[in-house]
Amino acid sequence: MTQLEFWQTGEKVSIREGFGRVLNYAATQRDDFVLFDADVAGGTGAKPFVQENPQRVIQFGIAEQNMMAAAAGFSDCGIIPVVSTFASFGVMRAHEQFRTAICYANRNVKLCCSHIGLDTGPDGATAQMLEDLATMRAIPNVTVISPADANEFMQAFLAMLDHTGPVYLRIGRSDNPIIADGKSDFKIGKAQRLTEGNDITIIATGVMVERALNVAEQLKNNEKISARVINLSTIKPLDQTEILLAAQQTNGIVTAEDHNVCGGMGSAVAEFLAENHPTKMKRVGVNDQFGKSGEPDELAKFFHIDEASIYQACLSI
Amino acid sequence: MSHPENLARIAKDIRINSIKSIYHGRSGHPGGSLSIAELLSVLYFDEMNVKANDPDWIDRDRLVLSKGHACPALYSALALKGYFDIEEVKKLRHLEHYLEGHPEINIPGIDAVSGSLGMGLSQALGMALGAKYTKKQYRSYVILGDGDMQEGNTWEAIMAASHHQLDNLVAILDSNGLQGDASVEQQMNTFPIVEKLSAFQWNIIDIDGHDIKQLQNALKNARETKNQPTFICANTIKGKGIHFMENVLSWHGSVTMNQQQLEDSLAALEQ
Repeated sequence: MTQLEFWQTGEKVSIREGFGRVLNYAATQRDDFVLFDADVAGGTGAKPFVQENPQRVIQFGIAEQNMMAAAAGFSDCGIIPVVSTFASFGVMRAHEQFRTAICYANRNVKLCCSHIGLDTGPDGATAQMLEDLATMRAIPNVTVISPADANEFMQAFLAMLDHTGPVYLRIGRSDNPIIADGKSDFKIGKAQRLTEGNDITIIATGVMVERALNVAEQLKNNEKISARVINLSTIKPLDQTEILLAAQQTNGIVTAEDHNVCGGMGSAVAEFLAENHPTKMKRVGVNDQFGKSGEPDELAKFFHIDEASIYQACLSI
Repeated sequence: MSHPENLARIAKDIRINSIKSIYHGRSGHPGGSLSIAELLSVLYFDEMNVKANDPDWIDRDRLVLSKGHACPALYSALALKGYFDIEEVKKLRHLEHYLEGHPEINIPGIDAVSGSLGMGLSQALGMALGAKYTKKQYRSYVILGDGDMQEGNTWEAIMAASHHQLDNLVAILDSNGLQGDASVEQQMNTFPIVEKLSAFQWNIIDIDGHDIKQLQNALKNARETKNQPTFICANTIKGKGIHFMENVLSWHGSVTMNQQQLEDSLAALEQ
């Protein structure tokens, strides 16, 4: 694979498919990374890479704490460990190893975790990681990225390999429509303004970006409200310039994330604006609850992170 | 091989400087620093291939002090080796100085952060995997404390090291038998260590951790062992070398020493 193939906009693809594809593509371009797996390559989407590049996979079995701390030590040979597992295990179980052995030492380790948010679906609360953005963004030195779809994920993955230092990158599990064509530049720390609008701004991340775009369309058609939609895929560092502009140029901000409202992307935006440009805000996210089993769209409705909830939040501002 | 008498002299210097470091640093852990003096002397002055004037040399052997609280001894060994001036160790734990209370990656000669028990063996294992992956000859050493053997993370690493047949990895347990609040046997018994490690199919060597000749032979044995990681169970005495600290729990630390205690300690080390 000498050229990275992007999916067509509108195609329904999971981000984890993008993980497998971009791993194999990157393997043809550079020999300075390996995959660290904890017996879940089938779940994270890395399986195609494991099949095509077995010599570039180091297997740790179901022992994530060891995998994480080993990645810190491994990185000093100059090869980048791309550590991958489910977020509950990678972010939570091995959190201290990530914080101390990797981030405190500023190791060049990349953590790519799947099974994030209600997007995880039927596996239920154990696997639905709703707290990762909150815990990860509280750690110094780390870059936190939450791509909107498989195409943006692939761009983010390549940018991540070029970036020196620890990175946490979210991988979605469910099939969702492609919204990024892969042609626009991806830059770590740069938010993307997807639609212009002067009345209100919706700042969304991950699977919520597609919903935000649909809501903006509905608001225009039904309410004559012009909504600006911003894809905030880098949660840390925060694109303060773009957020400040939104606060200054529109009448309020709705944030939308498949994550607990406590400490997530909405909190990051609110913290920044409270100190720099107090703005009317509503945060759409899971309201400090654990998830449960269900299909992602059923869960979105049940936990009020669906399009109707974003729509209502916009009207309430 | 360096002469055991020279290495014993260096071990004594490590002890003297560890005590000065803790005194001037206003706090620190003397007991566990004193128990690893011979280990550090043999590792840095006989066994390991390192360059003090090029701390980040890619082909160097690596050392992880998993029991990071014993860093006064490690900093003293590094200073004696020439990584920085020996007077620097007196600035341990001073806000404006770089010798942190637990090992930090930017200190010359430090290969891994530590201080949170349980992560050291994994970090050394990662270094050993990195050497294998890049086809380099460097070796990874880790000094574990008794507390490390109670952390689940350590046992994950023990499992993984033999699975990956890491014969370039050597773990040395400073088995002094005392932990923070009581003896290991009282708090959470980890013994028998040797039998457990044998079941995990490591190459096991059980020695007196203050006997330099035994340490040298054990490390030689490790180098000659193929397809297996080596575990050296170094039986030691907490507080070794200062009679009133030996096997006395209250000297585990973190303690603040007064002038009299400093003088008594230095006098004891001369006996």
